[in-house]
Amino acid sequence: MFAYLAKRVIQAIAVMFVISLIAFAIQGNLGDPLRELVGQSVSEEVRQQLRDELGLNDSFVTQYLRFAGNALQGDLGTSYFFKEPALDVILKKLPATLELVFGATLIIVGFSVPLGVYTAIKPDTIFSRIIMGLSIIGISIPVFLTAILMIFVFSVEYGWLPSYGRGDTVHVWGYWQTNFATADGWLHIILPSFALASIMLPLFVRLIRAEMMEVLQSEYVKYAKAKGIKPWRIYFIHALKNTLLPVITVGGVQIGTMVAYTILTETVFQWPGMGFMFLEAVNRVDTPLIVAYLIVVGFIFVVTNTIVDLIYGLVNPTVNIARMGA
Amino acid sequence: MSLLSVRDLTVKFAMRDQTVTALNGISFDLAKGERLGIVGESGAGKSITGFSLMNLLSRPGYIDNGQILFEGEDVVQMNDKRLRNLRGNRMAMIFQDPMVTLNPVLTIGQQMTETLMAHRKLSREEARQIAIVKLREVYIPSPEERLEQYPHELSGGMRQRIIIAIALLLDPQLIIADEPTTALDVTIQADIMELMLELCQSNQVGLILITHDLGVVSQMTERTLVMYAGRIIESGRTREIINDPQHPYTQGLINALPQQTLPGQRLKQIPGNMPGLASIPAGCAFNPRCKYATDLCRSRVPETVHYGEVEVACHEVQRLHSDEDRQEARA
Repeated sequence: MFAYLAKRVIQAIAVMFVISLIAFAIQGNLGDPLRELVGQSVSEEVRQQLRDELGLNDSFVTQYLRFAGNALQGDLGTSYFFKEPALDVILKKLPATLELVFGATLIIVGFSVPLGVYTAIKPDTIFSRIIMGLSIIGISIPVFLTAILMIFVFSVEYGWLPSYGRGDTVHVWGYWQTNFATADGWLHIILPSFALASIMLPLFVRLIRAEMMEVLQSEYVKYAKAKGIKPWRIYFIHALKNTLLPVITVGGVQIGTMVAYTILTETVFQWPGMGFMFLEAVNRVDTPLIVAYLIVVGFIFVVTNTIVDLIYGLVNPTVNIARMGA
Repeated sequence: MSLLSVRDLTVKFAMRDQTVTALNGISFDLAKGERLGIVGESGAGKSITGFSLMNLLSRPGYIDNGQILFEGEDVVQMNDKRLRNLRGNRMAMIFQDPMVTLNPVLTIGQQMTETLMAHRKLSREEARQIAIVKLREVYIPSPEERLEQYPHELSGGMRQRIIIAIALLLDPQLIIADEPTTALDVTIQADIMELMLELCQSNQVGLILITHDLGVVSQMTERTLVMYAGRIIESGRTREIINDPQHPYTQGLINALPQQTLPGQRLKQIPGNMPGLASIPAGCAFNPRCKYATDLCRSRVPETVHYGEVEVACHEVQRLHSDEDRQEARA
């Protein structure tokens, strides 16, 4: 177990190193930081002096090492716009994004498993055909379009659900404000969550259906039938557990991807999360914030994937975590 | 009354552009506690017969016609609930490949107790105790520990023993074993067969053994059916069929055994292959591979006739017997 964990952590560090390198390389190529800092009225000599002071004339390696050293101490630079540490700015926005991703994940898990199983067991019913048709449409339409469509139908036409913002939130701890404590918060998170889930949900329905259909053809499912086991037990104990193994692997990667998709969803719904913040930072050429965002998102990716691998080991008895990496 | 009575069983497969016949009106009986072998090449319809008996054919296969009377009740007409009560309880099945038969994500214990609890009102603990007893019967060492293990932690031979134990869990009247040792090591094959024979004899369980191994059939069974292209072409007491086969196909199978050939000589094969289901020749299905084939063989399906001690479906069996041809065939 320890050896496996250690191996995973080393891999994670390697990935983070590459991400930080890429993020840092972007920083050097996103315009001149001095222009953002001092404007145009400062003379060239003062600019040179400032460059020296800020270390902008040092070599790439020196600058990267300085950047990495600071990053390891939690200092990802200071946002030009907010005049605050970039990490703090992001951490303030992080809970909103995580709650949105959580809401979308709930929707995906809650709907994809029953729909995937149903369409696999009864592939010829009209309901299954409708689900499969809708799933193609869902995958094909971009998130921002789905989101705008949802706002048009549910907020503008019917007025059932609010179209922007987080609504009433309750302070939980630190920077964490939650949507899940008030009815108004719940109402506000419904549309953004569905919009964010609109691509992943159909993908998962199709994935679960395909895996389930394959598992239902297997010898051990036939054998379970030959033992006189009831159908629900065959479907949900014998088949579904085997179906979920590959789904978990894909799912872990997709949770990370979903954090990235929040940029679109948050922008359409004016959701005050870090995706929305990132787009604003790009508009303002707030380079430290952009770099910090890339690193934080990369970190989330790496952490979720590591956790998913560990969960996979727990679900799949043929993977023995205790012995892996030994 | 016989335990099992199959009458005129016809199984078809609905393919995209045509419907093919996999079993063509087969009939046979099995007495209580009797052991019956079904032999033939791949594609003869042996496994389909086995699965049909439990009404376990999956699409596109279906039972088109016929009766399968088991303890007086027609399996073909049973509803889902009756079928569940039959399967694993009164009639159990042993599959071909133990490496893929057990569910990889459930423990041996779960897979055993669920079978018991599906058919009897038992607590988990009671079911566990019965499972342990049955594992002992198939000579599994330290059964308590095995119950906690997953299939991948056990060898193929061990898994097949567990599958035999599962088949015996509810004291069925009949066990259908579909090539139970084909996927196993040769040294383990004999052990498994011996175990099955011992358990069937001591528990008075009927056995239908599907195999292509004539040696196994001669050791294990009292009666034998020889199948070819979806029909029974010869049936009778195993001893008669092995020692004095009447149908040219059965003769060919027995002559092809390595024991029938002197060392250094080529094995005597039957020329050609079993026809595919979509292209079964007219008349006797075996005629293109048969050296005795006549025009009659090529035009009419032979009736099953009583000949000597066995039932055989061959037009030429009389001639075969009287002629010197037969001497040549047996040589």
